[in-house]
Amino acid sequence: VKLVIGIVRPEKANDVLEALYKCEVSGLSISRVQGHGGELDRVQTYRGTTVKMELSDKVRFDIAVSDDFVDPTINALCEGARTGDVGDGKIFVLPLERAVRIRTGETDQAAVTPVGS
Amino acid sequence: MPPGIDTGDTAWMLTATALVLLMTVGLGLFYAGLVRAKNTLNTFMMSIGALGVVTVSWALIGYSLAFGDGSGFIGNFDHVFLKDVGFAPYGETTIPQVVFFCFQASFCIITAALVSGAVVERMRFLPYLGFIALWSIFVYPVMAHWVFGGGFLADGGTLDFAGGVPVEMGSGFSALAAAIVVGRRLDYGRQALLPHNTVFVLLGAGLLWFGWFGFNGGSGIGTGQNSVLAFINTLLCPACTLVTWFVLDLIRGRQVTAVGAATAIIVGCVGITPAGGYVSPGWAMALGVIAALPSYSVIVWRPRTRVDETLDVLAAHGIAGFTGILFIGFFAQADWNGISDGLVYGESALLGDQALAALVAPLYAFAATFILLRLMAFGFRLRVTEREEAIGLDVMQHGEEAYVTGEGAILVEPDGERDRGMFVTNPV
Repeated sequence: VKLVIGIVRPEKANDVLEALYKCEVSGLSISRVQGHGGELDRVQTYRGTTVKMELSDKVRFDIAVSDDFVDPTINALCEGARTGDVGDGKIFVLPLERAVRIRTGETDQAAVTPVGS
Repeated sequence: MPPGIDTGDTAWMLTATALVLLMTVGLGLFYAGLVRAKNTLNTFMMSIGALGVVTVSWALIGYSLAFGDGSGFIGNFDHVFLKDVGFAPYGETTIPQVVFFCFQASFCIITAALVSGAVVERMRFLPYLGFIALWSIFVYPVMAHWVFGGGFLADGGTLDFAGGVPVEMGSGFSALAAAIVVGRRLDYGRQALLPHNTVFVLLGAGLLWFGWFGFNGGSGIGTGQNSVLAFINTLLCPACTLVTWFVLDLIRGRQVTAVGAATAIIVGCVGITPAGGYVSPGWAMALGVIAALPSYSVIVWRPRTRVDETLDVLAAHGIAGFTGILFIGFFAQADWNGISDGLVYGESALLGDQALAALVAPLYAFAATFILLRLMAFGFRLRVTEREEAIGLDVMQHGEEAYVTGEGAILVEPDGERDRGMFVTNPV
């Protein structure tokens, strides 16, 4: 069981969701995060004040999957989030020590397998 | 003051003008709430832009084209650059022409801003400003001349109290043309595109209704019986539309919706706009009920089409204005308006005049706007790029965001230096 973390552009989040559903990855959490990679800063002006926005809005996907699903999940994230410009985001894959489904107490692979599949 | 000026009329018209100006800000808020968060400022700025650009073009030439004598179709150049717009009353009115000018300007401003609802979330800001500048010269003044400036509809006997022809059908059918020329949003029909702040939508609708008392109540250009009749009708008609909309929402979705309520207020105000000074309060209430039905149907039907007329200007303004104009032909009552009876009260001629207006107004508004934007498209790129549309027009067109936290914002000017690592948390 692995935890796949994907950090993507907010405007691509829907495309990523679509790609994930297509490869039957349906258990996930998302959060809005701010971060900085290699992209150029955006300059904004408010009255007399000009500022550089160092942090960009991103959407973070946390997806726990069984080993067989790691590659499809990574592919879906890449396919959905890629624009080709700097700032498309990153994917991190981490080993997962334990996963528990609260409702049933199932653990690990059973816990991350969607109900009904 | 020159002879012929009535101080009471003038005082009310000064107030009414300010009320109508507030409507444009209310409209900006209404529209801003209906779009996605990343396009909030751009959408609001489309209304604010009209306050600037349209006022200038109105002063330069629009007013003269609408209210100069001219022909039955269009005014003339007698008042370009505000020539002869002074303290003497305009025509038969009892207010100084400078006040009349301002009142009519506020109508042109909000009408141009209304059209923006069709092209939000994808049109570039500068071509948009150019568009409304030209639109407020070639489209609005022509239609305003027909009914307000002594044009062929007014001569023929068409009754349009506060602008069912130029404002409501003018904006609604122009919006349809604009949506077709500019094209649909990339995400239209692919993703759910939801209003990002329904509180804005409700507050905007409330401000619009408030301002509409000046819009309709001022359209008698004074404080006569038609004006006060329009005032009470502006209370009654939208209230009935609101209640009717609740019922329609309940039938269709089992819940009363807030966006629906805001829309209903607009539809009711629009419906009574042409009819305000001509129908009895009782019939105004009936109009409120009747006007809800066609507009509701169009709002339900339109998203199933490929036309991304984004904020339903056609349904709320074009269709409700159409309903209101025709309604006069049936239910106008000389006892109340002192001018003419409708079909129900035994006079059949009026309905023909109203039907003529309901025919030519949509045709002209659609055709003129379609041609205008098509011509502009030869010289200018009307839309933002796909990438800009995805990121949002606030950042890409204005370099600002509506909901900025300031985290990670580094001061560049004044006095900021990257090296010193100065962080500002909340730029004002």
